[in-house]
Amino acid sequence: MSAFYTGVFKRDLTLAFRQKAELLQPLMFLVLVVSLFPIGVGPAPEILQVIGPGVIWVAAILSSLMGMERLFRDDFHDGSLEQLMLSGMNLNLVVAVKIFVHWLVSAVPLLILSPLLAMFLHMTFDMYIALLMTLLLGTPLISMVGAIAVGLTVGVNRGGVLLALLLIPVFIPLLIFATSAVDSAALQLPYLSQLAIIAAMLLLAVAFSPFAITYSLKVSQN
Amino acid sequence: MWKWLHPYAKTENAYALCNTLLPWFWAGTCAFLSVGIVWGLVFAPQDYQQFESVRIIYIHVPSAMLSMGAYVAMAVAALVGIVWQWRTAFMTMIAIAPVGAVVTFVALFTGAAWGKPMWGTWWIWDARLTSELILLFLYIGIIALYGVFDDKQQAGKAAGVMALVGVVNVPIIHYSVVWWNTLHQGASISKVDKPDVADPMLWPLLICIIGFSFFIAAVSTVRLKSEIVRREMHRPWVQKLAHNNGVTTDAV
Amino acid sequence: MQFDSFSDFLHMGGYAFYIWLAYGVTFVALVGIVTQSILEHRSLIKNITKEQARQARIKKSQAKSKKTEIAESE
Repeated sequence: MSAFYTGVFKRDLTLAFRQKAELLQPLMFLVLVVSLFPIGVGPAPEILQVIGPGVIWVAAILSSLMGMERLFRDDFHDGSLEQLMLSGMNLNLVVAVKIFVHWLVSAVPLLILSPLLAMFLHMTFDMYIALLMTLLLGTPLISMVGAIAVGLTVGVNRGGVLLALLLIPVFIPLLIFATSAVDSAALQLPYLSQLAIIAAMLLLAVAFSPFAITYSLKVSQN
Repeated sequence: MWKWLHPYAKTENAYALCNTLLPWFWAGTCAFLSVGIVWGLVFAPQDYQQFESVRIIYIHVPSAMLSMGAYVAMAVAALVGIVWQWRTAFMTMIAIAPVGAVVTFVALFTGAAWGKPMWGTWWIWDARLTSELILLFLYIGIIALYGVFDDKQQAGKAAGVMALVGVVNVPIIHYSVVWWNTLHQGASISKVDKPDVADPMLWPLLICIIGFSFFIAAVSTVRLKSEIVRREMHRPWVQKLAHNNGVTTDAV
Repeated sequence: MQFDSFSDFLHMGGYAFYIWLAYGVTFVALVGIVTQSILEHRSLIKNITKEQARQARIKKSQAKSKKTEIAESE
């Protein structure tokens, strides 16, 4: 039985790596957006350090919105999503596996690039550790909550901007707590409470999002 | 005047030229790079201000200069492709692009490794570093744009236009230390004046520059061969080449 | 020879980390692009020879089945 879910995992991973360009574009977008800010607001390290956490988090949210569509789009268009839904296997688990693969190919490169981005914005080491913690907790949250909206808009043509409109308000609390954590780290203050709230949001998402996503996929599929 | 170039619009002749030139390029790479790097690392003197960290110059300056040189070569190939419609020109352009991107990355990374002990920071948004970073972005954009199209002739034209638009960045990088007040130091080697670099350091530096040039030429030629094979896969001469390759080894 | 001993050479007057970081990453990057380019070329040629072998096998089996058809019809 678990061979089925391993199969879904391997298939999604293989298909993702066949479209390497599609994976790299949101990453390049991330790096470019982060680079725009020092050019736009000036290179003074003090200013960059103040806006740094916010810039990286906003760029992370925007670039994950760009890559979010591919979660269900190809499977929807070639009918394999319908087959998975009709297969009688637990759709919640299938969806969880798909989100995990999506997180691996879109968020993990972001995590790997994060030291470079922190350096671009002259963040200190303590700030970077806080940033890394918030990214580790926050990117799965983005993937899971994002998947709900992706499930709802999967059949819609040109749903890209609609997806952003739906998800950005939902991500605002995450953005607030994440940047608050990094700002506290900059002032050498403890930031465990902000991390705890993000972790609580993550756990809620882990508990409820598979059902929400399954439901929205069924809605899209009629 | 350029009539001797015309045969190389045909992929078969271009491939043969690649095979002829490649051994020379590899020989030049090995000879000049090994001599230059060893001379610079072991035998060249330390700097009176920068002590041993100056040894990074022997990879940083060649890679920075040639990141711009490779881009210009790529843009020239793009121009030839767009104006004369030579497929081999577009193939050359896309062959150089990844090599140029890697060399640009080397320039940026070695610059950061040199900047940390010297200036106290890995990175700063001054004119030269920013424009070199933009060069890297341009390389990546050209490679991405070429990859998006299935029709590679169309891809060549699109990426070629991108390359030509971006070539304006190259003089900006070169003159950035003149036009702006940057943290990065000014030009030390000029075509006209006597260089500011002391002789014991100048010789290994020049040798490394030549070595890097051969390197870029060699790897671009290998990639050009690959691109020719990829696009001309069904032509009889390629089929024959692959068939014979089972017996002998194609010059790498 | 600018250095008194090999460990002096490795130590690089205190700048060892930065110099070897720069040279090391450069070496990896350059070896990387060379290796990838050469392997890519080899695999392209190999794919063509594989396809040629496959076509030859198909032809052979078609000829064989034609022969058995003729043999059976007689």
